[in-house]
Amino acid sequence: MTSTVILFLAVFAASAVEAVEALTIVLAVGVVRGWRSTLIGVGAASVVLAAVVAALGPALAHIPINALRFVVGALLLAFGLQWLRKAILRASGYLPLHDEGVAFERERAEAGAAGREASSRMDWYSFTVAFKGVLLEGLEVAFIVVTFGSTQGHLGLAAAAAAAAALAVVLVGLVVRGPLQRVPENSLKFAVGVLLTSFGIFWGGEGAGVEWPGSDVAILAVVAFVALFSLALTRVAHRRRLAPTPAAG
Amino acid sequence: MRYVSAFGRFWWDFVVGDDWRVAAGVAVALGLTRLLTALGANPWWLLPLAVALLLLAAVHRVAARSG
Repeated sequence: MTSTVILFLAVFAASAVEAVEALTIVLAVGVVRGWRSTLIGVGAASVVLAAVVAALGPALAHIPINALRFVVGALLLAFGLQWLRKAILRASGYLPLHDEGVAFERERAEAGAAGREASSRMDWYSFTVAFKGVLLEGLEVAFIVVTFGSTQGHLGLAAAAAAAAALAVVLVGLVVRGPLQRVPENSLKFAVGVLLTSFGIFWGGEGAGVEWPGSDVAILAVVAFVALFSLALTRVAHRRRLAPTPAAG
Repeated sequence: MRYVSAFGRFWWDFVVGDDWRVAAGVAVALGLTRLLTALGANPWWLLPLAVALLLLAAVHRVAARSG
């Protein structure tokens, strides 16, 4: 039960982050070049993503559970540590924060500068940019849905969490009619990094034959450990970044 | 050929990212855990410890480069 709730939250948060980034691209292209071709691109990418989840999910169910947990744990650890490392470096000032407003303006300028084929009813620029944006951001979501869903045996729940996150982001996007600049994106990425890394530790360990003290409840202790360690590391790195550098000589 | 290399690069960036040492550390830690369980131990503490050390080293590398 505990791990099912955390699974839902992890997939929802990860999907929301990716959906915000995809929405920024789609909005910029749609506003400048029109919505028809842009939305066809979004629809085509969504169909490809649904096919990936539908094909890979049941296929993974045939792999022995411990082997699956070992591989999924390894992938989640590598992937989750990337998110967490970047979130810590951004929060401590070593990397610039991702700004959706700047990303929106950049996409909008590029969309405005791109040429348009007068003879074609379909605007292939809008289609391609929207398709690529949604597909690339969505592949990370599909990866998380398939790995989390198949390892826990809750593919439907994982897919529902991703769909709910995408819907929530689109609805908020419609309400504010612009890129979601106020979303605390780095904090969300930090939280997702903590969850992906924690599940990676838990499943990777189980797949390698570890018996966790307290069984499934151990996931809560793992999440708490990874979160507290990461927060402490962020604090130390931030202080070090702000500390004056000693003058040479 | 261009598509194959782009596909490979996408997955490399996706899973390994810009610091391959973290992914290598994960592989070593998982391998060690598997080895110890095969020898009859229950090293549940190894992966959390490895993650803490890998994060510390990764952040330290960037901080040291920035001066």
